[in-house]
Amino acid sequence: MSAAPATTAAGEPTAVARAPRIDAAGDRKAPRALAWAIPPLAIVALIFLVPLAETVWQSVADTSGAFTGFEEWGLEFASAALPKAVGTTLWIAVLVTAGCVLIGTFLAVGLSFVPFRGSGVAVRLLEAVVSFPSFIIPLAFGILYGRAGVLNSALAGLPGAPHVDFVNDVPGVVLAEITYFTPFVVRPLLAVFGQLPRELLDVSGSLGAGPLMTIRRVVLPAARPALAASAGLVFLLAMNEFGIIMFTGAKNVVTLPMLIYTKSIVTFDLPAAGVVSCVQLALSLGVYGLYRALVRRLSGGLRAAA
Amino acid sequence: MLLHSRSARAAVKAAVVLVLALLLGVPLLAIVLAAFAGSWNGVWPSDPTLSHLADALAADNLASISVSLQTALVASIGAVAVGAWAALAARSAPRQVAATIDALLHLPAAVPSVVVGLGLLAAFSRPPLTLNGTATIVVMAQTTLVLAFAYNTVAGAAASLDPVLDQVAGSLGARPLRVLLTVRLPLLLPSIGAALGLAFALCMGELGATIMVYPASWRTLPVSIFALADRGSLFLAAADTLVLIAVTVAVLGLIARLRGRTMVR
Repeated sequence: MSAAPATTAAGEPTAVARAPRIDAAGDRKAPRALAWAIPPLAIVALIFLVPLAETVWQSVADTSGAFTGFEEWGLEFASAALPKAVGTTLWIAVLVTAGCVLIGTFLAVGLSFVPFRGSGVAVRLLEAVVSFPSFIIPLAFGILYGRAGVLNSALAGLPGAPHVDFVNDVPGVVLAEITYFTPFVVRPLLAVFGQLPRELLDVSGSLGAGPLMTIRRVVLPAARPALAASAGLVFLLAMNEFGIIMFTGAKNVVTLPMLIYTKSIVTFDLPAAGVVSCVQLALSLGVYGLYRALVRRLSGGLRAAA
Repeated sequence: MLLHSRSARAAVKAAVVLVLALLLGVPLLAIVLAAFAGSWNGVWPSDPTLSHLADALAADNLASISVSLQTALVASIGAVAVGAWAALAARSAPRQVAATIDALLHLPAAVPSVVVGLGLLAAFSRPPLTLNGTATIVVMAQTTLVLAFAYNTVAGAAASLDPVLDQVAGSLGARPLRVLLTVRLPLLLPSIGAALGLAFALCMGELGATIMVYPASWRTLPVSIFALADRGSLFLAAADTLVLIAVTVAVLGLIARLRGRTMVR
């Protein structure tokens, strides 16, 4: 409860103090500063904004770029595939976010307050995994838990053992994404817990609070801004995820990115891909806008999540 | 201390180790073991072999490694150049402009890689700029995808630079270009190096946008790995993944060494 207002109050003076300096410099050198900003912005426009606009335009145009009307929009919205893909995308993102928040909080609390020998190595490994290619997780899942994987061949030796087959379906996708995205929750939480005075825990304990009560009343409130920010980030990443789903080979897990890929590369129906992209863009940018607003409101979480 | 009872501490430790093992240890170990496994029909792999690794380093695959390296290097350098330039421009721009630059440069991180890829196909498949089928479009895709991370890293460091240094250099008569080259950029070099490393690592593993835009003549290693895994050659895919990670780590080490040498104290 107390952490969010305290960090906001600490964050505000610097912003206020910085503002006059930028404006004063801006007044004198504004034209030059603006000219300096043009080259990078022009490149971003060329490689990012123009393609985005072309994608949107593609949904109402033919292959030569001439306007054809909103027919394709009607077709896509009338089809069962699009609403189903939206549902699948959001459902997977919700499951992944919930899983990452639960497991990530548990790991961060454990690593911070009940450290063990080698926990430093574990933390560094968690940080390194983020820069590994995301497909190592579904690849490893295929080797371990796939239809012909290690787990199944080990189980086959036991009489009456079940045949495990979840990798190529929603559970496999969700577990792989939870595995890959959990470090995004653990890292900011470790930063927050590292700054939490240990005396607070001792005082809480000496006042008679049990460990669970201390976690609920002292530890988690301090973590709430960082937790909210990283949950928002994981939700966005999970909504946009494509490589992991592609790699699990889950043919019946059709999220929006999978639908865009199928429509554009497999069946080469570019106008339809354009429409689905618009839907995906609206969702992603909406979630991203909420995430930015959330981070700004809980500005204590900003630095922790970055 | 959160937990005073010994047994409770031991239980929590065991649970943390178990979760970490399932989350990180087992998958990473599986990739390493599979890369050297001749067959794997029990709990442990058997018939250890180097043939997968030899295949991963054979001519066909070396081409993929080279393509990945070239693409990732050009894309990450491009992204860091644009990102650092934008971060510096935002720092000296009026507040409204700075906020716009900040929002725009962060935006690519919110857009799914598939849409970035589709957008490039839509924009550059017909004149005036026909890039579909070239290596350039792959580079553009990866540049776009890592741009936000490159910008974010440098902008964070630029915001904490002491503005007094600029003003002192200026009051001593240094022209703005000289201030940029001798004061600001050297101070930002550590963050530029960090941004380069991050961007390079992300580019090396990029699959989503690359698979949308790559031409047959410019196939990156992740695309080759995906093709292998899709065919069911999981051991070979694992060996290729090991090679990918090894090459990435080697280049990251090189970048870190360069950073160490140019560091301003």
